[in-house]
Amino acid sequence: MSLKAFHVVFIAASASLAAMMAAWAIGNWRSGGSAADLAWGVGAGAACLALVAYGAVFVRKLRHISYL
Amino acid sequence: MEIPYTYKPRPDTGLYNAKVGIWLFLASEIMLFGALFSSYILLRVTSPEGEWPLVERAWPHGLLNIPIGTFNTAVLITSSVTVVLAWAALKMNQFGKFRAYMLVTLACAFGFLGIKSYEYNEKFTHYELRLKDGQVHTGHIEVNGKHAGFWDFGSIYNLDRLGKEQVKEIAFTADPAKPKPGEKHAEGAAHEHKKMTVQVSDIQKLDAFILRNHTFFAIYFVVTALHGLHVLGGALVLGYFAFPGASMWRKNPEQFTNRIEVAGLFWHFVDLVWIFLFPVVYLL
Repeated sequence: MSLKAFHVVFIAASASLAAMMAAWAIGNWRSGGSAADLAWGVGAGAACLALVAYGAVFVRKLRHISYL
Repeated sequence: MEIPYTYKPRPDTGLYNAKVGIWLFLASEIMLFGALFSSYILLRVTSPEGEWPLVERAWPHGLLNIPIGTFNTAVLITSSVTVVLAWAALKMNQFGKFRAYMLVTLACAFGFLGIKSYEYNEKFTHYELRLKDGQVHTGHIEVNGKHAGFWDFGSIYNLDRLGKEQVKEIAFTADPAKPKPGEKHAEGAAHEHKKMTVQVSDIQKLDAFILRNHTFFAIYFVVTALHGLHVLGGALVLGYFAFPGASMWRKNPEQFTNRIEVAGLFWHFVDLVWIFLFPVVYLL
């Protein structure tokens, strides 16, 4: 597996972590948490989307490099 | 005789030697961290029910600083992006960009370690205090009017040491009472740190948030320190390739690019360990 392939795996794991953090923070907010919990959840959700977008751009730009 | 496939890939596998070597090494690293993750989970699920420190051996929650941990996670993700960009810059024959990206990667690595050492210091200076009348507090101590300094191991006290040094009383600044998850502080509840003077003869247990105090701290420090050593080792290797080792770029650019790829694979592994470690230790 090349660095390119491992980077794609890493970004997918990071985006999953950000999505999990968003769910965790919004869950805290819904169970009576503060506005900071909501802001945290929205921020983590935005980070998740940014990582997915970055991953798509990365794969497109480095398409000439092997995954092996 | 020249060793084959040091930088040209072997035709049947499509891999050069160093890539096979680093993946074998990473497989052994997965076993090492896997064993520690398993230990963490087993220690946690077998700990008694209840809220630490009220229940002495229960698993502590909310002791780690989530905003700082999140920031450190973002720092490591950034470093993975820059290390891969450094490798891509070499592929495109842009050595100047390679060095700039490597510098950002190194800054992230040392930034991560600096923040982690601040977090560690917070734990070394934080105490669990149990009094003989059943009161339990967490907070910070002052002995003979002195606070502990940064990474000042000589200022870590426990009850035995207070006895040996014939200390009669200590000043203790207790943490504010924590609201239960999902609850806000009640009106008029203690938001402020309560200062008190404690007679040593009234103390049942006093210990800092260090390895010997609780299995949580033992596994937390072992796993995060081992990870920190990997970050340090990776940063030293990347630093070598960014500066003294970069002379290989002029002699054999293909082999140098492969070396950066291998170092980048190790760096990604170290960062991926943190991506799993952070939610397990900080959030759950």
